[in-house]
Amino acid sequence: MAQIELSAIRKSFDGTDVLKGIDFRIEDGEFISLVGPSGCGKSTLLRIIAGLEPQNSGQVHIDGRPVDAIRPSARNLAMVFQSYALYPHLSTFDNIAVPLRMRRLSAIERLPLLGKLLPARRAKERHIRADVEGIAEQLDIAPLLRRKPGQLSGGQRQRVAVGRAMVREPLAFLFDEPLSNLDAKLRVHMRAELAELHRRLKATFVYVTHDQAEAMTMSSRIAVMMGGELIQAGTPAEIYNDPDDIRVAEFIGSPKINVLPGRIRKDAGIDVLGTALKLSCHAATGECRVGVRPERIDVGAGPFSGTVVHLENLGAEAFVHLAIEGAGLRLIARLADVRHLPAMGSSVAFGFASDAVRIFDPAGKRIEIRLEQPERIREPAHV
Amino acid sequence: MSYAHPIPFRAILRHVLLIAGAALMLAPFIWMISTASKPQTEIFSSELHLIPHQFALAENLREAFAKANLLRFLLNGVIVTISIFVLQVMVALPAAYALAKLRFHGRETLFALVLFGILIPPQATAIPVFLMLHKAGLLDSYAALVLPFTISVFGIFLMRQFFKTVPDDLVDAARMDGISEFGIVWRVMLPAAIPAVTAFGIFSVVAHWNDYFWPLIVLNSEQLRTPPLAVAHFRNNEAGTSYGPLMAAAMVIIAPLVIAFLFAQRRFIEGITLTGIK
Repeated sequence: MAQIELSAIRKSFDGTDVLKGIDFRIEDGEFISLVGPSGCGKSTLLRIIAGLEPQNSGQVHIDGRPVDAIRPSARNLAMVFQSYALYPHLSTFDNIAVPLRMRRLSAIERLPLLGKLLPARRAKERHIRADVEGIAEQLDIAPLLRRKPGQLSGGQRQRVAVGRAMVREPLAFLFDEPLSNLDAKLRVHMRAELAELHRRLKATFVYVTHDQAEAMTMSSRIAVMMGGELIQAGTPAEIYNDPDDIRVAEFIGSPKINVLPGRIRKDAGIDVLGTALKLSCHAATGECRVGVRPERIDVGAGPFSGTVVHLENLGAEAFVHLAIEGAGLRLIARLADVRHLPAMGSSVAFGFASDAVRIFDPAGKRIEIRLEQPERIREPAHV
Repeated sequence: MSYAHPIPFRAILRHVLLIAGAALMLAPFIWMISTASKPQTEIFSSELHLIPHQFALAENLREAFAKANLLRFLLNGVIVTISIFVLQVMVALPAAYALAKLRFHGRETLFALVLFGILIPPQATAIPVFLMLHKAGLLDSYAALVLPFTISVFGIFLMRQFFKTVPDDLVDAARMDGISEFGIVWRVMLPAAIPAVTAFGIFSVVAHWNDYFWPLIVLNSEQLRTPPLAVAHFRNNEAGTSYGPLMAAAMVIIAPLVIAFLFAQRRFIEGITLTGIK
């Protein structure tokens, strides 16, 4: 298993910088998600690790060994693609066997007709068969081995693609948005399966996705990328609760974090919508942005008020969309108790605890705050 | 109750036109079969009739096979068309793969040159190619019939267009699995491109089986003649033109293509719709 180290990776296509100097270290056995909006360079970074794309500058080390001049197959990484990229003319068995055949058979033994006659090939084929069948057993695709990819469902193809990656026992697995072609239900199911696979194999997983839910639910660590830069890396809980940058805060979490316009006063206190928050900071006076997660907004009591303009009742929870008069602003609050929902159009009071607040400067960087006193303690503070 | 639609006038007109067109196309063909089945006396009779009074197809065929070595010519046709096709595929697939999937400087320029190559009629390059074959001492050989056609710009273009539709992920997966670039062409792209290769094969085989111009220029020896050339030479035999055996020979040489078409009709039509060329 492997540790992957990226140093100062830069890449540009036709003069556009796609990666602007990525430094990152992926530890052995980690499940790391590279997450970000489309076009942030996460797939390019994965392809650079795989060796499918050469970087303009910077180095990739796998287990301390530089691999920049090494062909993709020699890096001994396995990749699962968004489109699965199964060979359409080969059966499931042959698809999974391809990496083994390429590695274990000589060029002559691989020849279409002649190769089959060689006695050495027959022995090797027996080993390959055993390996492929073992993998198929693990992934529950043994009954599908004779079928062609065209006869498989999306989830089955996905498993075959994972099987083809597993069979070669790679140093690390690279996943390029492998679940995005599946329907919602299957995606949730495969999420659990992949996480389980990671626990079982204890291999290094590098997983690219634009879906923050996938990143949150599976990974041991998340690296958030925006505009060709790696903005923040940390455990899912760190990323969610302690975003360094407002873009991270907005990208992670669904529904999105609420952002209110705030003002840092001369005495280091902070005003939001004309109300002073019970906290202070060291930053320069002026505009700031105040982020509060939907589940940290308490509807029913508080210094603010808004009109209910939309209700989304999901059964187990509900989201209330509040319009704030005069500010041209909309907030989303999560209600855990769906039996007592405010009426549409009614005006409700709301507030939030001081420790629920994350403050960002106008450039989007996080500002550290000091709580003056616990306003209300309703639940144990996060983090 | 009746839902009988009045047959629209336009539909009738359309069918009349199509039938007329088909009849016009088929007429020479039917006349050929008719003539091949008539004895000499009936061919030159003044009255016009399609069905011979006395069937002489067997005699005409026997005479055709006796007068010329038709089997040899058919074999020549097979050797030449198959060699051309195989070599064309061996050149066109790697070239098309490079133009479709590899990134290198000058790729677009090279592709423009390929497109430009399609515009050049083979007659325009006939004399230089003839001279080159002469210098190389290859005139009047199978090589002279095959070599000039091994690089098919149309084939490169067609395969490149098809390869463009093969997902890049598949190529990347093959690279991850350790397949070399040439391996990708033959093990991944070729199987994915079988419909396109078939379509190209149909065009190539039909064109070179029926080619009259080039074999006429480069061949002297009788034993190398391709089928169309053989039939044409038939006419010039000192014995004068005997149309019955001539038409019988013509039937024999087009038979392989017609039979192949009947067997592969669906593929044939797929191929034409794939290329969008009529």
